[in-house]
Amino acid sequence: MAMPKKYDAIVIGAGMSGMACAIRLGMFGKKVALLEKHSIPGGLNSYYQRGKIDQDGKRVGVRKFDVGLHALTNFARKNSKKNPLIKVLRQLRIPYDDLKLKEQSESRIQVGDIGVNFSNNFDYFVQQIEKSFPENFSHFQKLVEFINTYDDNQITTEFVSGREFLERTLQNSRLVEIVLFPTLIYGSSWENDVDLRQFVILFKSIYMEGFARPYGGVRTLIEVLENKIQENNVDLLYRSSVKKIVAHENQATEVHLENGEVLRADQIYSSAGLAETYSLLGKKDLKQKVIGNLSFVELLFVYDKNIDPNVCDKTIIFYNETESYEYKKPDDYVDTRSAVVCFTDNYREYESDEGLIRITFIANYEKWKTLNQDEYKTIKEKTKKSALELIKKVVPQDDRTLKYWDAFTPRTIEKYTSHFKGAVYGATQKIADGKTSLKNLFVIGTDQGFLGIVGSLLSGISVANMYGSNLGDRS
Amino acid sequence: MLETEQVKKEIINIIADIAPDENLDSLDGAKSLRDQLDLDSMDFLDIVMELRKRHQIEVPQEDYPKLATLDGCVEYLSPKFQ
Ligand SMILES: Cc1cc2nc3c(=O)[nH]c(=O)nc-3n(C[C@H](O)[C@H](O)[C@H](O)COP(=O)(O)OP(=O)(O)OC[C@H]3O[C@@H](n4cnc5c(N)ncnc54)[C@H](O)[C@@H]3O)c2cc1C
Repeated sequence: MAMPKKYDAIVIGAGMSGMACAIRLGMFGKKVALLEKHSIPGGLNSYYQRGKIDQDGKRVGVRKFDVGLHALTNFARKNSKKNPLIKVLRQLRIPYDDLKLKEQSESRIQVGDIGVNFSNNFDYFVQQIEKSFPENFSHFQKLVEFINTYDDNQITTEFVSGREFLERTLQNSRLVEIVLFPTLIYGSSWENDVDLRQFVILFKSIYMEGFARPYGGVRTLIEVLENKIQENNVDLLYRSSVKKIVAHENQATEVHLENGEVLRADQIYSSAGLAETYSLLGKKDLKQKVIGNLSFVELLFVYDKNIDPNVCDKTIIFYNETESYEYKKPDDYVDTRSAVVCFTDNYREYESDEGLIRITFIANYEKWKTLNQDEYKTIKEKTKKSALELIKKVVPQDDRTLKYWDAFTPRTIEKYTSHFKGAVYGATQKIADGKTSLKNLFVIGTDQGFLGIVGSLLSGISVANMYGSNLGDRS
Repeated sequence: MLETEQVKKEIINIIADIAPDENLDSLDGAKSLRDQLDLDSMDFLDIVMELRKRHQIEVPQEDYPKLATLDGCVEYLSPKFQ
């Protein structure tokens, strides 16, 4: 048997956090292996292609899709004051223009009969709140002041209820629902609540900074990252699924792959998720405790042309039929009373003449999991019908022709990202310092507590900086 | 040991690579880099990283405060440049 290959560091998973972490470790001069189960990078925010090539080599109905991209949050203009996005670009040495960011037009939060718009200009959101909630406007200003002075760098471990804090501060239940809605669905692993620190981070990233989209979609970002991976001599190994992490006393020593290969490293960084990483260590008891509960169904509808701005000029609509928003695992397959509706062609520039609407519903993993093949197809069709009905309600004048649709479910998410129960936002318990019970094994990404594309990139960077730089040691 | 001006140039080169969008022409040597250039602790880590990569200079953590200004950098690093 060949000697196991030895690296300075192994990073498990080539999602956003894993790629960023591997690039930073490479910059520190480490020899890094980045192990990815699949044959392309991106993880929860990857891409795929549908359609086929016929006998004559002609492409028939070939379309490229992003798995999850509604919006890149944390928007910042070039040369603006440092925010998480600018930090990520600086740390990875990515020129701002390489991302080809196109801004949102504006977005909307609809809860019952009250709707509030926001854009990449925070003042607009503030004015909208003043208009719809004049009596509570001073309360809202207090919230903004609180957010501006809150130190979100502090590493807290105790859960503080964001909802309770908002109820106390805003004193208007509808306003609470409106402000909370996007922050829950864009990054809370708690049902109907969000950790206060997480809320502050999300509030800034969504309302104060805003949304953009790389021209060409997530591929544009992934290509930039792939180039950086190469530049920093990281070995990116596809179809390399980690089966087991072997530990000796309090030290991780080896990584065993499904294909039988064994790799050694001084340090291991895992983006597989906390429960998933425990499971790779064979710690089943710990695993059960930390699996998240929230999963989603994502539907994509392709139309013959871009949407007419007179029919709808919003980029994203957070839509909730009733007066209060339920963010929890539904009893049914999906909860069709609320959704995120993304009109991708309403970014400032969009690369296709066809239109695209993406719909996200909260879903019940267990119900999807137990379906047989036929039932699965039927329920998927039924969910499609519900989504189209919802679109009719949101944009009744949209009379474009539907050309193609696709959907992925908690089952698909679990299969393609290996997150147990398709739990997109991971465990409720987050490991802010990335440490585990093994002194050279670290957790990055979703379960370190940073969510979304920008958040998970930043997570990979900061954990690599903390434990992988070997700088500042006494020499 | 390099000339002061040369050391200064090396440091500015490093900062220019780390913060490509910042204007470094009007840098005041006596004022804090952090305030003038929107640098944070992550960026300082990169300055230390580049010093090691390019010039094999190690800066122990307790000496980081000495890198707070450009003048401070020059004074502290000059003897370390070969
Ligand atoms: C439908 C949907 C829509 C979304 N929309 C947005 C959005 O609009 N904006 C936004 O900012 N965020 C969005 N997100 C969230 C965002 O995608 C995630 O927060 C982020 O990508 C998480 O990155 P990560 O690196 O932590 O984890 P992941 O992306 O899950 O990466 C983990 C990687 O590890 C690999 N892996 C797992 N186990 C193993 C193993 N044993 N061996 C080898 N490899 C392994 C996986 O294949 C995967 O590539 C969305 C997510 C979904 C699902």
